[in-house]
Amino acid sequence: MDDFEPRIIGFFCNWCTYAGADLAGTSRIQYPPNIRVIRLMCSGALDPVYVLKALLEGADGVLIGGCHPGDCHYQSGNYKARRRVAILQSILKQMGFEPERVWLRWISASEGRYFADTVTEMVAKLKELGPNPLKGVGAI
Amino acid sequence: MSVTTCLEVAEGDTLGTLQRFLSRLLSEDIVDALLVPQKLPTGDNVVPTLIWDPAVGVGIQRPPLLAGVDPIAPVMPVIAAKAFSKVTATEHGERLAAVLRSCELRAVIELVKLQQASLDNVILIGVDCLGTYEVKDYARLIEAGVDPTAEVLAGAAQGRLIAHEGYQLRAACRMCEKPVPGGPDVYRPDITIGLLGVDPRQQVLIEASDALAEKLGLQANVGQVGNLSARRQEAIERLIAERTAERDRMFAAFRERVTGADGLLAEFSTCIRCYNCMGACPICYCKECIFRTPTFDHASPQYFRWAERKGSIRLPTDTLLFHLTRLNHMSTSCVGCGMCESACPSELPVALIFRAVGQETQAIFDYHPGRSLEEEVPVATFREDELTELGERRE
Repeated sequence: MDDFEPRIIGFFCNWCTYAGADLAGTSRIQYPPNIRVIRLMCSGALDPVYVLKALLEGADGVLIGGCHPGDCHYQSGNYKARRRVAILQSILKQMGFEPERVWLRWISASEGRYFADTVTEMVAKLKELGPNPLKGVGAI
Repeated sequence: MSVTTCLEVAEGDTLGTLQRFLSRLLSEDIVDALLVPQKLPTGDNVVPTLIWDPAVGVGIQRPPLLAGVDPIAPVMPVIAAKAFSKVTATEHGERLAAVLRSCELRAVIELVKLQQASLDNVILIGVDCLGTYEVKDYARLIEAGVDPTAEVLAGAAQGRLIAHEGYQLRAACRMCEKPVPGGPDVYRPDITIGLLGVDPRQQVLIEASDALAEKLGLQANVGQVGNLSARRQEAIERLIAERTAERDRMFAAFRERVTGADGLLAEFSTCIRCYNCMGACPICYCKECIFRTPTFDHASPQYFRWAERKGSIRLPTDTLLFHLTRLNHMSTSCVGCGMCESACPSELPVALIFRAVGQETQAIFDYHPGRSLEEEVPVATFREDELTELGERRE
């Protein structure tokens, strides 16, 4: 298991978390290269279908990043995202799938350090959890 | 406030009594049209119909007033909430009364909140649901000379709704703990037609809003109703207790079965991807579902890359994605009508899956689909002070 490198799909809002990730880069903060980022205009624009698609295709984790509560560029998108993540995690748990593979984090544009720490922490947790059991399954 | 009274049933003709009662809505110009189940001329199916002229049935011949109307028949080929949505979604200017069983009523309430139906100029009439058979079972019973309506009516007084020997009610009905309009966690319609706990071969309970009671000249019948309501309460409680026990048994079996990826895959292994469950679902209202778009169609090389990576892939792809996504999109509003399961050619227990999962997703928001117009649909709203631990840094 030592050589297992988790693959994380990130869905980041344009205004906060994506800018935070950008700041981590421009500040030359080191973090594990295990994340592939997809930029959205808002965490509230993320339909759970895409999170599920990533997981069912074998992503080991999904990190959803949005603005802190109260800071949404569109007023309330992150609150709606929070409800959707709560529903999604409940469904994953009930269907025998690990809800801990889906993370929601509020990361602002100024929190480059926190972004790097979050990815580092998530990679460590996913290494403990092991590879996504659906990774090699073709019959999904 | 409301008025509760009894309609006396002459010669055991419960349907005739209800037909005469409902026809008054049209003949006394209280509404322009009636949305109500009607027996087809073939006799082997009872379908939602929109009646304008009470003297004309869906057959070729002209029967007496509303003679085909049967809001009790234990069959539900489609859920009338979908018909209700079509008939009321856009401005129409007509006055409508809709006769609905409990799950149909709950689905209507969800659709109104989802802005897919309107209660403007609508009188909602709820009927105690005595359970339903699968359409093919109902037709078979009729062919065998059985009167399924009379059979369930006979059990209504005791709240014992038992299927004909060798048959079963639909799984969704066997675990339905909300058979009574206006009952626990069910919206209270303008008029409720009570069959449970009264002997509907002798009388039928009518509970109407004050305004409608006045229009229809209904007088509260305190003495008779007083005696009945205790019996009715008892029968309803017994039925709900039985159904709840069956529900919990089925939920437990499901939860035991689905643990881990293997159980999850086994649950949907026989899905043929017809999307019937989605088409039959009253809550899945999207005009353009993402699964009917090319979103998950890929350029040919992509399929080979997936096959290369995994060794082989099931085609069409995304079967599990379809069901899990539908759970995410609509389980919080699932009313448990079970039309998905009835529509499934592979007899997948989709109603059970959606109800079991829905129980938990609804509990997150303490939401009860079809209970009230004021409680907002969970996926359409939010509260700032809820789920606050989600998204925060974990120490």
